[in-house]
Amino acid sequence: MLQIACPYCGVRDEEEFRFGGESHVARPAFEASDLEWSDYLFNRINPKGIHYERWLHVYGCARWFNMARDTVTHDVLAVYPMGEPRPLLDAGAQAPGPPPADAERTPEDREPA
Amino acid sequence: MKKYSFLSLLGGAMTGHRRWRPVWRNPEPRPAYDVVIVGAGGHGLATAYYLARKHGIRNVAVLEKGWLGGGNTGRNTQVSRSNYFWPQSAAFYEHALKLYEGLGEELGFNIMLSQRGILTLAHSRQELESLRRWANAIQVNRIDSELMTPAQIKKRVPLINLGARYPIHGGFIQHRGGISRHDAVAWGYARAADGLGVDIIQQCEVTDFMQDGGRLAGVHTTRGAIGADRVVLSVAGHSSVMAAKLGLRLPISSMALQAMVSEPIKPCLDTTVLSSSVHMYVSQSVRGELVIGGGADVYTSYAQRGGLPAMHDTVTALVELFPAFSRLRLMRQWAGIVDITPDTTPIMGKTPIEGLYLNCGWGTGGYKAIPAGGDTMAYTVAHDEPHPLIRAFGLDRFERGALIDEGAAAGVAH
Repeated sequence: MLQIACPYCGVRDEEEFRFGGESHVARPAFEASDLEWSDYLFNRINPKGIHYERWLHVYGCARWFNMARDTVTHDVLAVYPMGEPRPLLDAGAQAPGPPPADAERTPEDREPA
Repeated sequence: MKKYSFLSLLGGAMTGHRRWRPVWRNPEPRPAYDVVIVGAGGHGLATAYYLARKHGIRNVAVLEKGWLGGGNTGRNTQVSRSNYFWPQSAAFYEHALKLYEGLGEELGFNIMLSQRGILTLAHSRQELESLRRWANAIQVNRIDSELMTPAQIKKRVPLINLGARYPIHGGFIQHRGGISRHDAVAWGYARAADGLGVDIIQQCEVTDFMQDGGRLAGVHTTRGAIGADRVVLSVAGHSSVMAAKLGLRLPISSMALQAMVSEPIKPCLDTTVLSSSVHMYVSQSVRGELVIGGGADVYTSYAQRGGLPAMHDTVTALVELFPAFSRLRLMRQWAGIVDITPDTTPIMGKTPIEGLYLNCGWGTGGYKAIPAGGDTMAYTVAHDEPHPLIRAFGLDRFERGALIDEGAAAGVAH
């Protein structure tokens, strides 16, 4: 189960969302050839690794947003609004993990009792 | 190739089954082959077999990054059927089913084909009308199909719950559809191809391609470079990744498709029941396990494991249609990475790169196509032109707009 942080509603379960496929697909000019047009309509990068994709929070705010997700680990690496350029991520990017367990925190991290 | 018979089985039993020999070699790759097939799944192995047997091309290697039949061929729900709507698909899948019907004898290996029928359910009057149209189209394509009333369905499948949340209004059955043993299909083709001189090289991942002035010249692998006149890509979910190494973009999305089996029980279901509305299908294997499948996970993935929501949906639909199954435990659950095209029709044949042939886009239904996929790809590679049955399945159909929309016949919406 993916936990997706909707930029408008916060973290929700995957079942509230609808996957919208690859993001940042540029529509070609009106004079495009059949080959360019079919490339736009059908061909996809379908990467093994970081995928920049669109999601719709269909059972929530009903708004679209972009997400960078690793298609092998399913880690959600970044969430950003529609229209923004894709964030630059390295191939080995890690998901922002949970906060460290108490034992691993330094004394300064601990909240006062 | 050793011929199996009652006597050879008896001989094996008399010697305590200690004298069985491996049925295929594990050869070292040679420097070059006439044809290199990437991917030793059902399609790749069948292509190699038909190249050797029908076209006399025996200098062939099948390269596999894992073990043969370990990808989607070993992960599917082993259903065969040819109940497709459009004539192009019907002709192709009927060819596959006919080959399946004679495959055990041809390969000398029991693929345990059991033509117990595949029953598709309708859950509303409107859906029954579209099933009627679909069933009639199948008959027009000269393939068997028969509409069934709820009473006939109850007689055939006594455990079914006609008054489920989405009640059953009827359905149609293809009696010649059925299940077979998926590993046996891979092993049977591998054994027969090996017997004809094909090298099956496992643990050999293709990392890149060699090109010689626009023409494909071979492949780089984890076990060295291998030259080849012609290369067939038969790698299912990884087709986009392999094609991208050659700068070729494909209209494919790779998704995880799950399946699961219950604990084994006594025979209680003697057909395959499929519902495209509630996204579930189920059959009972010869071992007594219920083999359950459903829709693909909703996002692209290369992880070979499914998520909980898709599994939950599938099982919910199963226990609503078959309340008697609600107390069964699931023994195993797994996923394969399937290569889904926009029109749910495969992509087969030549590519813009000379010497490269594609066999992909099978999405959620590659298993049923294995014999015909191999047969027609072998023809295509041997003659350097598409087999008549797959002319409509070429990569160029997207540019021409000549899509073959088989979204409904994929069985379960994905």
